[in-house]
Amino acid sequence: MSPLEIFFTTLGMAAVTFLCRAFFLLPREELPMPRWLREGLRYAPIAALAAVVAPEVVMTQGHLVTTWHDGRIFGAIAGLAFYTWKQDLLGTIVCGTGVMLALRFGLGW
Amino acid sequence: MDLTYRIARVRRRAVATARRPLFREGMRESLPMSIGIAAWGLVAGVAMAKSNLGIPLAILMSLLVSAGSSQVAALPLIAGGAPMWVVWATVACINLRFLVFSYQYRPYFAHLPRRRRLALSYFMGDTIFALFLRRYPDPKREPGQVDYFWGAALVNWGAWQLAVITGIVAGAAIPTEWGIGFAGTMALLALTCGQLRSRSTWIAAFVAACAAVAAYSLPLRMNIVVAIAAAVAIGVLAQHTRREASPR
Repeated sequence: MSPLEIFFTTLGMAAVTFLCRAFFLLPREELPMPRWLREGLRYAPIAALAAVVAPEVVMTQGHLVTTWHDGRIFGAIAGLAFYTWKQDLLGTIVCGTGVMLALRFGLGW
Repeated sequence: MDLTYRIARVRRRAVATARRPLFREGMRESLPMSIGIAAWGLVAGVAMAKSNLGIPLAILMSLLVSAGSSQVAALPLIAGGAPMWVVWATVACINLRFLVFSYQYRPYFAHLPRRRRLALSYFMGDTIFALFLRRYPDPKREPGQVDYFWGAALVNWGAWQLAVITGIVAGAAIPTEWGIGFAGTMALLALTCGQLRSRSTWIAAFVAACAAVAAYSLPLRMNIVVAIAAAVAIGVLAQHTRREASPR
């Protein structure tokens, strides 16, 4: 994307985010929350997050990684393990990134 | 003349609000949360610096969007040349939780004039929602609620923006080949895990991850759209089948 396209992408992201935050506060009368929306809402955020994260961990340049010598996979496993142990955002970031960096610089992966 | 009068009035109102006890209580109660927020903001900032946004656009995005997970999730899509609407759709999906928040804020804030409701909306992040509902669990109006919201929201927002901008500026100095942007991916991973509540959310996350990888070769990063659609459909289905199969 060119800087100009990124600029417009940013404006759109801001608008979408703001609209979501204001949505039910905007109208004067109370809007009912339909059941299908409530159910769909439960899965959309986690689906979007998982869909963005998974390729970032297991793919390089559009291909599934074919070697175990990739620090990101073990970083992600370490991060997941830490998260299962303690549900802590910062610890997960430090642990996962630390393992990835250690493998990359320690073993040259 | 009119403008100076208006500025003076806004300033008077701000000073008066800042002196109110509930505003201070909001500030005080959001301070401990701000440490965690600042750390995650730093990571988000570094991840943004390590994508190809450039410092000015990264700072602009942080100020306008002000939603960490959406910003970090948009980075690989922007770097991968996804069309704008795919980025927007992904951001919308991640932000759908805000719809639920805005629905739950209604009893507290619906009586305010529209302009003030809009001003409040910009600040409605995850942390402030958790804080506000802990302080006011009953969905009814009480005096001072708006002051409390502003106190907590301003501290939170300040800590977040300061951390992100620090991360953006500092991150630009870190060599890209270290791959430190991976910290952003780890943050998203932890946020994903935080959403795993029931068995059907596990299934939805698994389906989304597999579909996003399997459909990666689709043009325009459509794999994200396919993955979300598949996961939401399967999640809703899984929930219904389970309900019918075993009325536990």
